Amino acid sequence: MSYNADNKGYYGEFGGAYIPEMLYPNTEELRENYIKIMNEPSFRKDFEALLKDYVGRPTPLYYAKRLSENYNARIYLKREDLCHTGAHKVNNTIGQILMAQRLGKNRIIAETGAGQHGVATATVCALMGIKCVVYMGEIDIKRQAPNVARMKMLGAEVRAAKSGSKTLKDATNEAIRDWINNPEDTHYIIGSVVGPHPYPDMVARFQSIISEEIKIQLQEKEGRTDPDYVVACVGGGSNAAGAYYHFLDNEEVGIIAVEAAGKGIHSGESAATSALGKIGIIHGSKTLLMQTKDGQITEPYSISAGLDYPGVGPMHAHLYTSGRGEFISIDDEEAMRAGLLVSQLEGIIPAIETSHAFAVFEHKKFQPEDVVVVNLSGRGDKDLQTYIDYFKL
Amino acid sequence: MNNRIQLKLQEKQDLLSIYFTAGYPQLNDTVPIMEALEKAGVDMIEIGLPFSDPLADGPTIQQSSTKALRNGMNTEVLFEQLKTVRNTISIPLIIMGYFNPVLQYGVEAFCKNCADIGIDGLILPDLPLDVYKNEYESIFKKYNLLNMFLITPQTSVKRINEIDAASKGFIYMVSSASTTGAQDGFGDKQAKYFHRIQEMNLNNPQIVGFGISNAETFKQATTYAKGAIIGSAFIKMLNNDGVIGIADFIKKIR
Repeated sequence: MSYNADNKGYYGEFGGAYIPEMLYPNTEELRENYIKIMNEPSFRKDFEALLKDYVGRPTPLYYAKRLSENYNARIYLKREDLCHTGAHKVNNTIGQILMAQRLGKNRIIAETGAGQHGVATATVCALMGIKCVVYMGEIDIKRQAPNVARMKMLGAEVRAAKSGSKTLKDATNEAIRDWINNPEDTHYIIGSVVGPHPYPDMVARFQSIISEEIKIQLQEKEGRTDPDYVVACVGGGSNAAGAYYHFLDNEEVGIIAVEAAGKGIHSGESAATSALGKIGIIHGSKTLLMQTKDGQITEPYSISAGLDYPGVGPMHAHLYTSGRGEFISIDDEEAMRAGLLVSQLEGIIPAIETSHAFAVFEHKKFQPEDVVVVNLSGRGDKDLQTYIDYFKL
Repeated sequence: MNNRIQLKLQEKQDLLSIYFTAGYPQLNDTVPIMEALEKAGVDMIEIGLPFSDPLADGPTIQQSSTKALRNGMNTEVLFEQLKTVRNTISIPLIIMGYFNPVLQYGVEAFCKNCADIGIDGLILPDLPLDVYKNEYESIFKKYNLLNMFLITPQTSVKRINEIDAASKGFIYMVSSASTTGAQDGFGDKQAKYFHRIQEMNLNNPQIVGFGISNAETFKQATTYAKGAIIGSAFIKMLNNDGVIGIADFIKKIR
C-alpha cells in the first residue's frame, strides 16, 4: 500500500479536489506544473539555498539526554523551532513563493489561524517584494495581536474574516473566495497539508525536508537512517507530514500522530479529528472532519490555536483509517504539563502545539533501546502569555 | 419520461430562475416563497440548501445561510417542508447546495427523496465532474434528476465540451470570475464571453448566474443565453420586504 498521493491527489479514499468550477483553472494550473517546477534544477537550487542561508537549515537533530533518562527511551528532537520565524511553516512558504514566481503570479494570499503561517507567508513576500494579503478570523485577530503586528510590520495586509465562526476555517473560506475573485494574478499559499489537490501533496513535499534531514542526521548519531518511532502533533498536519514523509513506506517505523483533545474528547470542546470526525468535504478535500449529523462543519477547540482545525489533511485521514499511524489525543492540561517539563528538562520552551506531541510519553511506554524522534515543530515564544496565564507564572 | 427542466427549456426563451436560501428569513418561509415565485411568473426555482461554509458565495448568501441554519434548517427539515410542494407548484425545482450535506445524508437517499418530492435537478458546485461521472451519474439517472454544471470565463474550451457532454439540462454560466453577488452590471468583457459561448453552439442551453440583479442585467444576459438566475439581489429584497415583496420584485425584472 502506498501512503502518498496518487496522481489525482487521493490517499486511499481521501483527498481529491472537491472545488467549484471557479477554482478549477487555478488548481489545474498548479496541478499541471507543481511537480515539473519542483524538479527543475534552478528551482531546487533556489529552494535549497534559501532553506540553508535564510531559514537556517539543516535544523539540528538533538539527543535529548534528560528527557531520555526521564522516559527511558532514546529521544531525539528535530529542532524546527530553530527555523527563521520560529516554526516549520516557513519551509512551505519558501517553496510556494518560488512556485508562485515561476507561475508568474504577483499577488499572494494566505489564511492563518494563530498567525504562524501568516507570519511565514508575510516573511517570504517581504523577501521577494510581492504583495501579500492574509485572511485571519476576526476573533483570532483579537487573540493573536503580536502576530498581527508582525505581519503588518512585514508589509502584509491583514484582512478580518467576519463570516461564520470568525476563526481559521472561515479565514480559509475567505482566502478561497479571494482566489475565486482573482484567478489570474494571485497564488494562494495554503499553510497545511489540506485543501484541494495538489496542495496536500505539494505542501507535504516542501515539508519533507524534515524527514530527509532526520535520515542523514540519525545515520551520523545512531548508525541507522530510520528511527523506531516518529512523533508529531497534527492539526491540519503539515509538520507531521514532513516528519513522516520519508518513513511512510517503511512499516518498521512507527508513526505517531498527536491530536488536541482540548478539554477532553467527549467534552464538546475538542479538536481530535480522527476520534470525532467523519468522512466529508472541507476546503475542497475529502477527509475526516468534525461536523454535525447534517454535514455542517463544527468549530473545534484546543488551547493551542495551531491545532484547532476541524479537519485533518487527507494523508493523515488515510494513515488513521489504514492503521499505519497511531493516533493519540492529548488534552490541554496534559499538553501544558508536558511543555513545562520539556522546558525544565531540556531548556527548550516548545510551542503549545508541540507540547501535545511531548505528552505522548505519558501515554505510551517505549523500550529503553527505542529511538524516538519528536518533531519539535515550533518554539513557545508566541505562547508565553498562555503559559503565564495557565501556570500563573 | 421528460424532466420538467427539459420541457421548460424547450418551451420558452428568456427564462427567469430565482435562487433563495431555504429557511430564510424565517424557517417556514420556504414554501410560501416558492408559491409566490410561481404566482409571479418565475420559470424555475433553485432552492438553496444552506451550508456552514459556503466558499463560492459572497456575503449576502453567506449571511442568509448562517441565519437559515440558526433558524433550524437542515436537510431533514427541508425535505419535510417540501413533502407536498407538488400539490401547489408545477414549475421546475432544483436544489442547489454544497456537496457535504448531501454526502452525509447519503447521495442515493438524497436523490430518492428528491424524486419522491418532485425535484427535477441538483446543482452541487463542489461535486467535481469526474467524481460525478465515476460515482454518481447512475444514481442521478435512476431518479431522473439532472445535474447542472458550472462554467466560468476561465473554463477552457476542452472542459466546456466535456461539461456539455455530461449535461442533460442546462449549463450554469457564471458571468465572471467571482463569488455570488459580487458585481454590478455587465461590461464588454461579459458580452464577449457570453457571445463566445453562444458561438460554440453547445448541446445544452446556458443560463447565466452571478451578477444578475435587475431588469438591465437580466436583459443583457438573456440576449445571449436561454435564461438568467437571480440570487443575492432576491435575498436582499427578502431581507428588506419579506415574502410580500416578491411579486413587485419579479415585475421589475421583466
